[in-house]
Amino acid sequence: MSFNNTDIAAFKDVWVFCEQRQGKLMPTDFELISEGRKLADELGVDLCGLLLGDKVEGLAKELGGYGADKVYVCDSPMLKNYTTGGYTTAICQVIEELKPEVMLFGATNIGRDLGPRCAARLHTGLCADCTHLDVDMPIYKDFLREASTLAPEKIDGLNTAVVLGEKHDVSRDLKMTRPAFGGHLMASIICPRFRPAMATVRPGVMKKNPFDQAKADACEIVKPAFTVTEDDVQTEVVEVVKAAKKLVDLIGADFIVSVGRGISKDVAGGIKLAEELAAELGGVVGGSRATIDSGWLSADHQVGQTGKTVHPKVYVALGISGAIQHKAGMQDSECIIAVNKNDTAPIFEIADYGICGDLFKVTPMLTEAIRAAKAAK
Amino acid sequence: MKIIVSVKQVPDTSGKVAVNPDGTLDRASMQTITNPDDLNAVEAALKLKDETGCKVVVVTMGPPPAAGMLREIMARGADEGVLVSAREFGGSDTYATSQILAAAISRIGVEKDDIVMCGRQAIDGDTAQVGPQIAEKLHLPQVTYAADIQKTGDTITVKRMLEDGYMTIKVKTPCLLTCIKELNTPRYMSVGGIFEAYGKPLATFDYETLKNDPLIDPTTIGLKGSPTNILTSFTPPQKGAGMMLEGADKASCEKLAGILTAKHII
Repeated sequence: MSFNNTDIAAFKDVWVFCEQRQGKLMPTDFELISEGRKLADELGVDLCGLLLGDKVEGLAKELGGYGADKVYVCDSPMLKNYTTGGYTTAICQVIEELKPEVMLFGATNIGRDLGPRCAARLHTGLCADCTHLDVDMPIYKDFLREASTLAPEKIDGLNTAVVLGEKHDVSRDLKMTRPAFGGHLMASIICPRFRPAMATVRPGVMKKNPFDQAKADACEIVKPAFTVTEDDVQTEVVEVVKAAKKLVDLIGADFIVSVGRGISKDVAGGIKLAEELAAELGGVVGGSRATIDSGWLSADHQVGQTGKTVHPKVYVALGISGAIQHKAGMQDSECIIAVNKNDTAPIFEIADYGICGDLFKVTPMLTEAIRAAKAAK
Repeated sequence: MKIIVSVKQVPDTSGKVAVNPDGTLDRASMQTITNPDDLNAVEAALKLKDETGCKVVVVTMGPPPAAGMLREIMARGADEGVLVSAREFGGSDTYATSQILAAAISRIGVEKDDIVMCGRQAIDGDTAQVGPQIAEKLHLPQVTYAADIQKTGDTITVKRMLEDGYMTIKVKTPCLLTCIKELNTPRYMSVGGIFEAYGKPLATFDYETLKNDPLIDPTTIGLKGSPTNILTSFTPPQKGAGMMLEGADKASCEKLAGILTAKHII
């Protein structure tokens, strides 16, 4: 068999699965291409996009503008709509032939369906919903110094892992860092014995590179061989329906005003106050898990470990206690403002500015004060 | 026809979560619950049982106390329980876990008109990987993020949620579905159900039971069979406390607006 996934040296290049829906690339693709560029540079290899669909070749060059050296395009009517079976079959064939050492997927509802299926077929490791990726050890250690509470000497000594009872040098492994237990713990995962090392990456976390037209023009397009049949597809896509309601764009927002359980005594009134403040700031409304679980806001508004990770310029938390699962999704906001009746609420531990008071009284005053301050400029 | 539901007992991360000084989770001090999405999978199975009279078998991998969770699910209406438990299975990542669960499910038997159901993801790891990986190992088609499930003959029609809408997908049995909370509201245990639960069959599959399955191999199960390794785990630092404004009145709001303006934040 030509495909031996333990022959580590035979694998090179960083690949990014570039998801398209109805012929449009997903925003996550550009984030992943940008992050993949960094990893490819650290490894000294090429960065390649992997694009599947029907007549999607025209989308490929744009990926080059964010850092892809090359885009592999699998074009087939069998790949028009996403199906687990069709996409897994094509991707695994191409991986077995071309042997990338790293394979990234966006942790979208499709990436999280496809990634595990591919990893299981290829017999390799997959780390879910990563929020940080590293290869270079000094850069990884700098990240740990900033983002962890590990002792400095522990970080300095972190060069090997015990794998099957033997010391394994991790310097060329992809270090895949992700939250677990609702964000209470972080873990860095490696896939030392098999290739490709695979990860799904949380949308909205990785920073997008500026677009470079010259790089887009230089991007090479390659059409690898693959075969997908009806038998591989296994499911029938009857229809694809876009949500009629415009979904809130939390990830792209500079200003987010979120509400929590604190609005329970007047849900509609609390949401209205948040909307007014958000409108004044030019932002959008988000919510904690409690507000989504209670049906007060739709799921697209959810910020947190099980919702979206956001880092707006300003995050206003109204009546949100600050459970760790919520903090995991918003603590990297540039400025956090919290309003809560309870002065011991954990949200105040991470807030830049806190007001201890009733959100129903404070929010309208804050909206008015911001309106006045803007008018006075 | 039968439905096999794979469930997991997890620490309740919505409450207080205790972390040991070495950065691992202090599981002993935490409450355990049935993973929330798994209860939606159980409910979906029980609804199909209500309609068709099919059998519902619930399977879990975990330490012996997870048997209690299986009894609770039988009290909700499941017919049989299978606990998959062995020292050899410990330390498994998602790949190794799915090997073991797939072996257990194929021992239970997946026939032409059967369905395997899972929750979308477990709240301890939030990976959403084990369902699809079981499907791959059993060579079953999968549909994840199911928000509606309709069965007509051997065809299942699933409303499969996307971030920006949904897909309607048709799949033939046998297949594997993963369920999200929008699918249904799990029923409670009934008094009669609790009474009956202890008379229902509960089997334990240990290493001996499963060792002859081709999926069960020392190189593919447990810590040694896991393709991924934890390099390190850690708790994130608390961001330093900021500034509490005095009072909750007009003056404090104006002061805050002033600071935001001065810092060019607004």
